[in-house]
Amino acid sequence: MILNLTQAAEIDDPSMVDEEEVRRSPFWDWDFAFDAFPDIFMAFLEVTLLVTVIGSLLAAVLGLVIAILIMVLPKPLAWLVRWVANFIRMTPIVVQLIFVFWAFVWMDALTIGIIVFGVHYATYMSEVYRAGIESVPRGQWEATTALSMSAGRTWRKVVIPQALRSTVPSLGNYAISMFKDTPFLLVIGVAEMVTVAGERGAPVFRTTEVYTIAGLLFLAASYPTAVLINRLEKRLAYAH
Amino acid sequence: MEFFEDWPQYFEVVINWSDRLMAGLWTTIQLTLFGGLLAFVVAVTLGLLAGSPHRWMRIPARILIEFFRGISLVVLLFWLMFVLPQIWMRNPDLPFRDLVYNTFLLGVIALGVNYGAYGAEAVRASLTTVPSGQWEATTALSMSWPHKMRRIIFPQAWALMLPSLANLWVHLLKGSAIAYIMPFVSDFTAELNQLRRPTDIWFSHAFIGLIVYFLLALILTIFMQALEARAKHKLGRGPSLKEILSPAPKAVVPEGSGVKIADSEQEAAGAGSAPAKPEGGVR
Repeated sequence: MILNLTQAAEIDDPSMVDEEEVRRSPFWDWDFAFDAFPDIFMAFLEVTLLVTVIGSLLAAVLGLVIAILIMVLPKPLAWLVRWVANFIRMTPIVVQLIFVFWAFVWMDALTIGIIVFGVHYATYMSEVYRAGIESVPRGQWEATTALSMSAGRTWRKVVIPQALRSTVPSLGNYAISMFKDTPFLLVIGVAEMVTVAGERGAPVFRTTEVYTIAGLLFLAASYPTAVLINRLEKRLAYAH
Repeated sequence: MEFFEDWPQYFEVVINWSDRLMAGLWTTIQLTLFGGLLAFVVAVTLGLLAGSPHRWMRIPARILIEFFRGISLVVLLFWLMFVLPQIWMRNPDLPFRDLVYNTFLLGVIALGVNYGAYGAEAVRASLTTVPSGQWEATTALSMSWPHKMRRIIFPQAWALMLPSLANLWVHLLKGSAIAYIMPFVSDFTAELNQLRRPTDIWFSHAFIGLIVYFLLALILTIFMQALEARAKHKLGRGPSLKEILSPAPKAVVPEGSGVKIADSEQEAAGAGSAPAKPEGGVR
């Protein structure tokens, strides 16, 4: 059911490769690089991007729920939610993946990956939302009381629209860092980009091209997004 | 619930394996400490370079930071582990041959460089947050660059950058769990994974891991908060560690003593007791 990671590591282990053969082969082989690129790119689109997009959406929604729960619930319950969130935030995603994978063996590994990434980053995003909600001026709350708005209406129509505005860049930063964490999925045997890259290179004992391509794809996707988010942050800062 | 039926057997297995678990824990701690140390050195170096007014220093530093930040930790790890040794395979006469095959060292380098690049951003940002009057004063006193950095600028920036560095160190601890995929590095996660077969209970092995990592992260956080309180106290902006830890009612800190900086909100937050305050823009 799962791809045994230690086995994969053993295949790629440099000590197992015939050194003489490696010495004669070129360090970089363009033909092989072009050959391997489509597979790696497909894995990038099908798994890495999928997990990032769905995981970020899940985290964004769940994070808001956690942030509101902590503010709305009575004290002991809020305290409990906060410490569960702290616990999830302060434990490694790798161990969480392993834990959930063996606790819910019947579930698809990719689904588990999306849920774990979503929940893990939701705890980070909840802090962003909390800061955003706290930045809504007191006067706004008082005004809703003066207008005798219901609590639900206050949150929906007044607080959240204002709180969300300043949180967008930080949420984007967390989405990027989730994107860069997706290779952790290899511990539960999801065929994401780095795993596919390793599998593509293993039969011919070529690692240079595949891992370089994987790294460049990460750079090519994360750097422009980071620049865009930075710009958005500056624009929002001016608008305020 | 078979888990509760299997309790005694389960504990027996864990106790039998405790030696290996402790060895794994020690490896994880070493990865975190050495990785954190390297990350700190990288962060300060790249952060100072990226904050320098000279273009020829700033641009290479920026490229390095963006490169090591943008590339994923796992890719960096695999690249160091599988691609770097190929250079030595083709040229066996190059020096440091043994180091390239030392997977523990490679793990430390990957962690240190990756999280160091994140830290560099925090260092640079906190250097720019030091009020410009302080910089101008050092120029007016014609202090040399090392002198003003060591005595004036860095101590103030240090108090500002500590919260982000604390977060990053916890991130590094959590990231070190991925080192278990490396051959010959058996950290805590690797040893836990060995436990899976002998225990074979759904709730079993990884949960211990979660608790142990949580405690480690908590210890790191508390340590860094103590450091932050100390840094603030040295700037005259908060109670000393002794005062915080003492059960006696807190002494009121005289305002307006020592180096004063404008941000009174941060000072009011002080050495809080709330653990783990991740800051939005760190990563």
